[in-house]
Amino acid sequence: MHIAVCAKRIPLSGGRWVLTPDSTQIDTSGPSMGFTLSPHEECAAEAAVQLVEQYGGSSTVLTVGVADSETEIRSLLAVGIDRGVIVETDGREWDPQATAAALTAQVSSGTPEGESYDLVICGTEAGDTADYQVPVRIAHGLGWPVVTNVKGLTITDGVARCERAVGSHREIYEVTLPAVISVKDGVNIPRYPSVPGRIKARKKPVDVVAGDRPEPKLEKVRLDLVAEEQRSAEVLGTGPEAVPALVDIFKNIGVI
Amino acid sequence: MILVVADHDRGVLDATTGQAVTAARALDPQVDVLVVGAAGRDTAAELASYGASTVHLAVSDSLTDYAPLASARAAVELVGRLSPAAVIATGTPRGNEVLAHVASILDVPFAADCQQVTIAAPAHEVVRNRWGGNLLETAKVHSDVLVASFSPHAVRAEPAEGAGTVAEFAPVLADADTAVRVVDRVGEGAAGVGLAEARVIVSGGRGVGGPEGFTVLEELADLLDGAIGCSRVVTSNGWRPHNEQVGQTGTKVAPDLYIAAGISGATQHIAGMRTSKTIVAINTDKDAPIMGYAHYAVIGDLHTILPALVAATRAAKE
Repeated sequence: MHIAVCAKRIPLSGGRWVLTPDSTQIDTSGPSMGFTLSPHEECAAEAAVQLVEQYGGSSTVLTVGVADSETEIRSLLAVGIDRGVIVETDGREWDPQATAAALTAQVSSGTPEGESYDLVICGTEAGDTADYQVPVRIAHGLGWPVVTNVKGLTITDGVARCERAVGSHREIYEVTLPAVISVKDGVNIPRYPSVPGRIKARKKPVDVVAGDRPEPKLEKVRLDLVAEEQRSAEVLGTGPEAVPALVDIFKNIGVI
Repeated sequence: MILVVADHDRGVLDATTGQAVTAARALDPQVDVLVVGAAGRDTAAELASYGASTVHLAVSDSLTDYAPLASARAAVELVGRLSPAAVIATGTPRGNEVLAHVASILDVPFAADCQQVTIAAPAHEVVRNRWGGNLLETAKVHSDVLVASFSPHAVRAEPAEGAGTVAEFAPVLADADTAVRVVDRVGEGAAGVGLAEARVIVSGGRGVGGPEGFTVLEELADLLDGAIGCSRVVTSNGWRPHNEQVGQTGTKVAPDLYIAAGISGATQHIAGMRTSKTIVAINTDKDAPIMGYAHYAVIGDLHTILPALVAATRAAKE
């Protein structure tokens, strides 16, 4: 089974967000800032590694991002993904349609060894832009079926059984491969990279292909920090002595 | 005219659908609603109570349960026939999924999780959530028809009188359109209230200390007819199932009462509960980040406070 995983480098904040002076990007120059991957996408990579362990084949992580995304790509190679492909950007954001088109083209052209992919696994939404659509657009680009929001995944005889959490129960979807599946954090628990894994990751191939950014149709104008409601909790007391005041609040808001 | 795609499960509307109809009315007084599947027929009256003019009911033998692509095909058929200015849904998992299919088929942009929407030419303007609502993006949408979902609870559902006339139609569907559909459900009928619908959520974090520590939270949730929630560390440790996780990557909630017990208030968690109407924090650390979001706080050990709270709540109910 040949699997493509779509993942993306996103800023990681140790505390508050700071925007660049033109308010179009998160300022990543601060000392508490770094980069990471979306939790959903770490789970997507783990799912791919587990499936290749189970059925053989290969896994490739695809990204649209700056050359420095290699750091985050190698972190996935360290947990068992075989190789990476970076569609290199100049740092400006690509809108979801452009991102999906670039990823679709990579999937269509197959693995570097010339094999066709059987499965594309994505996160349901990116941690930063949260557009909720790239996996669906890739599926339309490939003419493949897609199941999103997946929290449980098993594949038997070329059919993926997908579980999706709805309230207190789970819905089951079944889809025949090739398919696109977008997962959510919680579908599995991603492993930590081992020391040998990290060493191996240094030698695994990461190809860089030039990206050509189309004009965005969903065009970011600016970002704003959400005005923090300056709230300071009214302290009702310390320990169980505060319980009567809390019960009064329950009564006042009508929950008892 | 604005076309709203209703999110219903076997005839029960998602609690946020009224919000989408209300938001749509602010864009155009004529709001039509698409309901997919014969099981949704009885939703027309409720949709009318939020101001829906015509309820387009897509009926087909192949529409036995929720099938996202089939819903999108039905919506696209209506777009072709009725030329709405916008196709709107609430940004629920199903709402976003169907609109992503609609936008893919139409090859137009899709703005998900919006707080505000302005229909304009040559480009529409939206303000949408990023980073689970910690950042807002103002964006232009370059398309004729606007496809956008509203963030759940961005708009309060307001009643209005709509005709709610049901117009049944049989959408043209290929076999592939219903290939991905709900084929089974597991865990239904399990006791308890779902997180997304709960009026009260009793949520626990690292401070609960382990799976057994949740017993007292469950007692309190039962007394308040509420649901159990938790932070990401709790599910990562395997103390509680993943479907109880509240936060950016879990469920986003806005109950009347959110009790955060032993939850420090990581950004990731706050993103999923900040719009709750009343937030109570129970924490040993009076300087924990959650205190900047809570309305009320009790400082101290939840293991002594919660049993007392359970007893007092029980007494108050009797």
